[in-house]
Amino acid sequence: MSEELDRRQFLKGSAMLAGLAIAPGMLLYDLAHGRSLNEPASSAVRWGMLIDTSQCESGCDDCVKACNKENGLPGGTRPTDEQWMRKVELKDMRTGKATSLPMMCQHCEEPPCVDVCPTGASFRRADGIVLVDRHLCIGCRYCMMACPYKARSFVHEPLHDQKPDVPRGKGTVESCTLCVQRIDRGENNTACAEACSKAGHKAILFGNLNDPDSEISRRIRTVASTQIRADLGLNPGLHYEGL
Amino acid sequence: MKRIQAALLALVLLASGAAFADVTVPHLDIGKGGHCVNDPKFMKLNHGDLLKHQRTITVHQGVRGRYSLEKCVNCHASRVNNSVLGTDRNFCQGCHAYAAVKIDCFECHSSRPETVSETLTEIAK
Repeated sequence: MSEELDRRQFLKGSAMLAGLAIAPGMLLYDLAHGRSLNEPASSAVRWGMLIDTSQCESGCDDCVKACNKENGLPGGTRPTDEQWMRKVELKDMRTGKATSLPMMCQHCEEPPCVDVCPTGASFRRADGIVLVDRHLCIGCRYCMMACPYKARSFVHEPLHDQKPDVPRGKGTVESCTLCVQRIDRGENNTACAEACSKAGHKAILFGNLNDPDSEISRRIRTVASTQIRADLGLNPGLHYEGL
Repeated sequence: MKRIQAALLALVLLASGAAFADVTVPHLDIGKGGHCVNDPKFMKLNHGDLLKHQRTITVHQGVRGRYSLEKCVNCHASRVNNSVLGTDRNFCQGCHAYAAVKIDCFECHSSRPETVSETLTEIAK
């Protein structure tokens, strides 16, 4: 009898072991193919970008246009217009070397905007995306002042006809979301990166920094890249190549 | 003559009063409608709490789950004006006007389903 029980327990145990063995395999599979809509974002993933400034063409703003279209932004350039992404042209006055690059929220690991937010509206999601919860935002704009990258905008005017998956409204602060609506759908590419590839520049590479086998991780390992204002120790998720 | 006018006015007022007395609940245009996440009685009482709970886990954790304002709008937008707002017959506005409860969801969220509004903008172009 006791032998019978032992055997049973042994069988049970081995079945559980087999279950465990399958579970990590399935987990890996899930990470590789995006999570389901009912699963929370996981810190096993850290979304980031590698921007190759040598491929970024001066005068081209396809990424900015794609961002505006994807997120329903008006695309104005007055100081009070919302802008999640902008093109910056730099010139070294000594050597004359010109550089062109897109600038947006750098999705820091230690975001100053989150530190200063009095209501908890500014937050960093488990997968590294820095967002504003507009339900909590009171429009104080501390985060805009704290951000060293000038990445955030304030909505000054009442809005109409927002996109259903990109809610935006007057009196709140907003910035690049790394196209969070696409990521949650499992598309795993941003509108700007897609537009840049389409224009043939391929200057923006989007991917998972925590996956050692992702293209972005492999490139960051092999080519020299830098984070903007790395001296601040914020560890941005955006890396720039050729600066 | 004035008496007749006054009598007529009283009649009209009485008639309209009787008409209003019939209105006990708002007559809503529920759009496509149908049973979705819960039965209508439950949703009538609890949709606010469900949406509030869902909004937190959606924004902070990225869970695009069972209860979604976007999905409500997709099925309940009126087929007349393609929106849940606009008139006192529209799905959200109708009830909220009746209950005198202000909704501010649609200051940020879209009150129209995407697919149709995109088609409309395409046509407008």
